[in-house]
Amino acid sequence: MAAYFQPRNLQDALSAMNDGRWTVLAGGTDHFPARVTHVPDESLLDVTAVPELRGISHSETGIRIGAATTWTDLVEAALPAACAGLTAAAREVGGIQIQNRGTIGGNVCNASPAADGIPALLSLDAQIELASLSGHRTLPLSDFVIGNRTTTARPDELLVALHLPATALTGQGAFVKLGARRYLVISIVMVAGTLDLADDGTIETARIAIGACSAVALRMTALEAALIGARPAEALERLDTSHFAGLSPIEDPRGDPAYRNDAALTLTRRCLARLAEAA
Amino acid sequence: MRVTVNGADHTLTCDGGRRLSRVLREDLGLTGTKIGCDAGDCGACTVLMDGRQVCACLVPAAHADGTAITTVEGLAEEDGRLSALQRAFHRHGAAQCGICTPGMLIAAHDLLTRELHPSVRQVQDALGGVLCRCTGYQKIVEAVLDVTSNAPDPALPDSGAAVGARVARLDGTDKLNGRDLYGDDQRPADALWLRIVRSPHAFAHFELGDSEAWTRATPGVAAVLTAADIPGANSFGIYPTLKDQPVLAEGFVRYRGEAVAIVAFETRIAGETTDLASFPVAWTAHDAVVGIDAGLHADAPRLHDDSPGNVLIRGRVACGDVDTALASAAHVISGDFRTGFVEHAYIEPESGWARRAGDRVELRVSTQTPYMDRDEVAHVLGLDQERVRVIPSAVGGGFGGKLDQSVQLPLAVAAWVLNRPVAMLYTRPESMAATTKRHPSRISAKLGIDAEGVLQALSFHGDFDTGAYASWGPTVAGRVPVHAPGPYRLPHVTATSAAVYTNGPPSGAFRGFGVPQAAIATEMLMDQAADRVGLDRLEFRLRNALRAGDRTATGQVIEASVGLAACLEQLKPHWQRYLDEAATANRTSGPLRTGVGIGCMWYGCGNTALANPSIMRLGLRADGRLTLYNGAVDIGQGTYTIMAQIAADALGAPLDRVTQVFGDTDRTADAGKTSASRQTFVSGKASELAGTDLRTQVLRHTNAGEDAELVFEDGGVFVIEAGRRRAIDLSALPANEEGDVMTGEGTFDPPTQPLDADGQGVPYATYAFAAQIALVRVDTELGTVTVEKMVAAHDVGRAVNPTLVEGQIHGGIAQGLGLALMEEYLPGRTENLHDYLIPTFGDMPQIECLLIEDPEPLGPYGAKGIGEPALVPTAPAILGAIRHATGVVCRQVPVLPHRLRAWIKAGDAEAAE
Ligand SMILES: Cc1cc2nc3c(=O)[nH]c(=O)nc-3n(C[C@H](O)[C@H](O)[C@H](O)COP(=O)(O)OP(=O)(O)OC[C@H]3O[C@@H](n4cnc5c(N)ncnc54)[C@H](O)[C@@H]3O)c2cc1C
Ligand code: FES
Ligand code: FES
Repeated sequence: MAAYFQPRNLQDALSAMNDGRWTVLAGGTDHFPARVTHVPDESLLDVTAVPELRGISHSETGIRIGAATTWTDLVEAALPAACAGLTAAAREVGGIQIQNRGTIGGNVCNASPAADGIPALLSLDAQIELASLSGHRTLPLSDFVIGNRTTTARPDELLVALHLPATALTGQGAFVKLGARRYLVISIVMVAGTLDLADDGTIETARIAIGACSAVALRMTALEAALIGARPAEALERLDTSHFAGLSPIEDPRGDPAYRNDAALTLTRRCLARLAEAA
Repeated sequence: MRVTVNGADHTLTCDGGRRLSRVLREDLGLTGTKIGCDAGDCGACTVLMDGRQVCACLVPAAHADGTAITTVEGLAEEDGRLSALQRAFHRHGAAQCGICTPGMLIAAHDLLTRELHPSVRQVQDALGGVLCRCTGYQKIVEAVLDVTSNAPDPALPDSGAAVGARVARLDGTDKLNGRDLYGDDQRPADALWLRIVRSPHAFAHFELGDSEAWTRATPGVAAVLTAADIPGANSFGIYPTLKDQPVLAEGFVRYRGEAVAIVAFETRIAGETTDLASFPVAWTAHDAVVGIDAGLHADAPRLHDDSPGNVLIRGRVACGDVDTALASAAHVISGDFRTGFVEHAYIEPESGWARRAGDRVELRVSTQTPYMDRDEVAHVLGLDQERVRVIPSAVGGGFGGKLDQSVQLPLAVAAWVLNRPVAMLYTRPESMAATTKRHPSRISAKLGIDAEGVLQALSFHGDFDTGAYASWGPTVAGRVPVHAPGPYRLPHVTATSAAVYTNGPPSGAFRGFGVPQAAIATEMLMDQAADRVGLDRLEFRLRNALRAGDRTATGQVIEASVGLAACLEQLKPHWQRYLDEAATANRTSGPLRTGVGIGCMWYGCGNTALANPSIMRLGLRADGRLTLYNGAVDIGQGTYTIMAQIAADALGAPLDRVTQVFGDTDRTADAGKTSASRQTFVSGKASELAGTDLRTQVLRHTNAGEDAELVFEDGGVFVIEAGRRRAIDLSALPANEEGDVMTGEGTFDPPTQPLDADGQGVPYATYAFAAQIALVRVDTELGTVTVEKMVAAHDVGRAVNPTLVEGQIHGGIAQGLGLALMEEYLPGRTENLHDYLIPTFGDMPQIECLLIEDPEPLGPYGAKGIGEPALVPTAPAILGAIRHATGVVCRQVPVLPHRLRAWIKAGDAEAAE
């Protein structure tokens, strides 16, 4: 019979990871749907009771979100305005049942192109903290999720936490999701953004990320550069289709590439309008 | 592990990674928590874990260690009475089939503990993770908002006043406390668990490998059964002469999902943990014939020997002289339209169990048609029909999908051959891949109108993708031409159809049998025609509406109960209000455009020009107790309640005296299928006749006159005549095997006449009529559509139970909305409920129902059908509203955002030229 292990501390969890025989399980909301036609015999490592993976803490350097923090935890947490996009994304994941169980770490590790958390985290310059028996390492989210369902985690590494640096937490955030129905829907396209304004009211920093239009959600760096110095109300005028050149959407039952490119532009406009309004 | 469930502590040993839903159902026997998908998509398994709603199918058992779980069984008051929430569901008719109800109740309970007076939006957000395929959600929202009113349960109507009353479902309580037993809720503990090896290819030859070696190597396998093990005929199909589908394929498969072998496992766990991909089959795949165009292509392989050109069957209705009429028409509007496969997506997958009892076999399955199941099983086992007994379980939704064989035949074969009880539950992807769909269509139509806006002629041809096997293809091909003209006077009609074989999943019965597809085409043309002649779209339809005494395209004169004009008249003020609202909204510029649309329909109740009798029996015991032997399966629409209402009134007994024996082929008479919107009309009439027959017998027994009143009480039966009350002594009468001393029987077969080669005849005894209007908002930049509100006017003859009628309308609209905007089954690509989208709480409009009662003289108390009519006009109304908002004629459904956006852009480009 398959084993089930729910370690109560990080050391035990990491030792288990070192065995290499465990399948990591957090909220299970991606795990079980992948096991509908049959449930394989596998040993499960439930990481949700490890204290280091739980909870949201604030410090001078920023915000630390334990990997096993649920969407509901995020919705209910008091977070700065820069995290408005992350909270909005949390509210849009599945239904309440999914939000009560699904974790942000699971969302990132599952690395789906349509993961709602990833663009929101990219727009907050999120850093990934991985741990193994050989130690901790931190890397930018964009260096962690590198392809459709592909991350750079080693088999013995556990995602411990996400760090949102203080520098990314001063502005305003927003998130816009497009799906073909109201609830329980996989995104066709989603856009997350944060804006920081300089003292003179012009845009100092913009971070815009688009999901479901490429194998991995992408920051729109050309657009971000173009927005610097603009007044929020003028931001829309700076938008140019060339800013979206990095997108390479695929065709699937939810949409074709032309539509996704088109919708990405529209959603970005709306995200910027929302940010301008709030800023 | 230790877990507290509904207040009771349990210590359990089980595999820690097992789904909590399984532990609750299998280990603790709490089958109120349902299995709809095992993937978090449907919410039927929702339970509270430490006070928060979670999907029990996504929780590993070990994770529940130390937690407190609340399931639907834990919601009632301590004394067992329903809670205020459950009672609100009951009064509002918020549970139809009831399979989603446990999840809905738990999610609502979660909300109400946080917010006792929620807003509509809060209810939608909190319950948004639970899908319902029956109700359209409106009555669920109304129920949750009304919990705190704690209104009393609706009183049962007085004797003789049941018909027309808002009687709460008589089988409702068990649907609310989790006790109703569906297909997967009642399997004996020692049953073998069956699974089916299916083809991953749409078109392939195959050879089975060494299944004995596989059996030895695979833990828990009790037996493997293949085509060679089938005792009788390895074939099934709806029509006796068209049994073209094998129970288990023999060397050759025609669709992805086709069954090739049955594997019986010693336990359910063994079955659920085995990867059937390891079963030894060598496949040789061929290029599949995908879609109607490919099926009809000159070079297409012939998929069935008897069907050259892959045409299974054609249908035709012709009257007048269409060519001449079109040539002389002031305006001719034409168009081509396409629809795709649509999945029934009932929340309960196919399930049930069977056992061999001596020389008989007995099945308890989720079905719409126990009598057809009985006959198919007999055919496949090579037995007489009397040796097969079918007892329907509670049915968690059907919509036509459970009119075909699914688990019945493998269960029967395995139970018979292995002589062990056997059980099975399709997985969701299996349910979607293997079972029938709505026929995709390719329709071309031309409508001719004179200068005054009077319809002159229709030329219509529809090709329907019937998939790999015939199933209900002939029914669709036959029904469509009759309905193609819509509910309008049309002197010149040629309407033809063809059902085309392809390598798609078999298309079968789905709410409307092709009529919804046809209505999309013709109603879109009606809108364009109205614009062309400069008439308001509602006015134009009213001008052409069929009225009593009119002749249809099949030459039938409909004498009575033609309520379309009444529907339209009643809609007029709402239509004007919608038009005004749209005009106001559209004054502001921006990407949001508002539009208003209308759809009309007619629908023949019962089989098309074929006999479809129902027989009902009402038994009386010596002590005055009444039993309705009701074979009209309740799939959520309410035949359990409706038949009792009608029979009670016909007899003159109070409703609460009537108990029922339900749908057991040994004990009830054949009430036909629950399909074709026939049960209220046909079986309802049989119930009325059974009631009057019993009344006549009782009165005759006491020599009482026709006008005497009967009283049924605990002490017995009394007759009141001329102010005198007498006891009726029934004790001397011999009782039959059911214990009844008298049995009233009613048989009704609606009078029809066969159709000739031109489709001339009387296809149906009565027709339902309806018109619906919709107000939608289109986000023109994204191509998304929100249906804000609808008004639905339905001529139902007589609303036997208005709450149930409204429930059918809401649910029909939900499915019509899905057809119009989001539902498209693509084999291998949308085989689950997260890629195949059905409407959720947040996608439904606010619906107002207008019930028009233009009585049908043949129907019970004037009633006719509502099940399918509710869905037919919805997509046309929505598509009309999209056109009104954007100018785009939608020629393909579903109108997915990317499609609509492309059409809007193409339209803009055209306008710019
Ligand atoms: C009905 C439904 C609707 C959904 N809707 C959405 C949606 O709208 N948007 C969206 O983005 N997602 C959606 N999801 C997907 C899913 O809920 C999220 O991706 C969720 O955040 C996954 O988290 P989890 O804790 O449940 O992951 P799990 O299923 O527990 O794990 C997911 C993967 O991550 C790995 N993993 C988890 N935690 C760690 C860790 N700490 N270290 C290393 N590896 C780890 C696991 O091994 C597994 O491979 C939906 C799912 C369902 C069932
Ligand atoms: S069975 Fe759990 S969500 Fe469908
Ligand atoms: S009542 Fe909701 S699915 Fe049937």
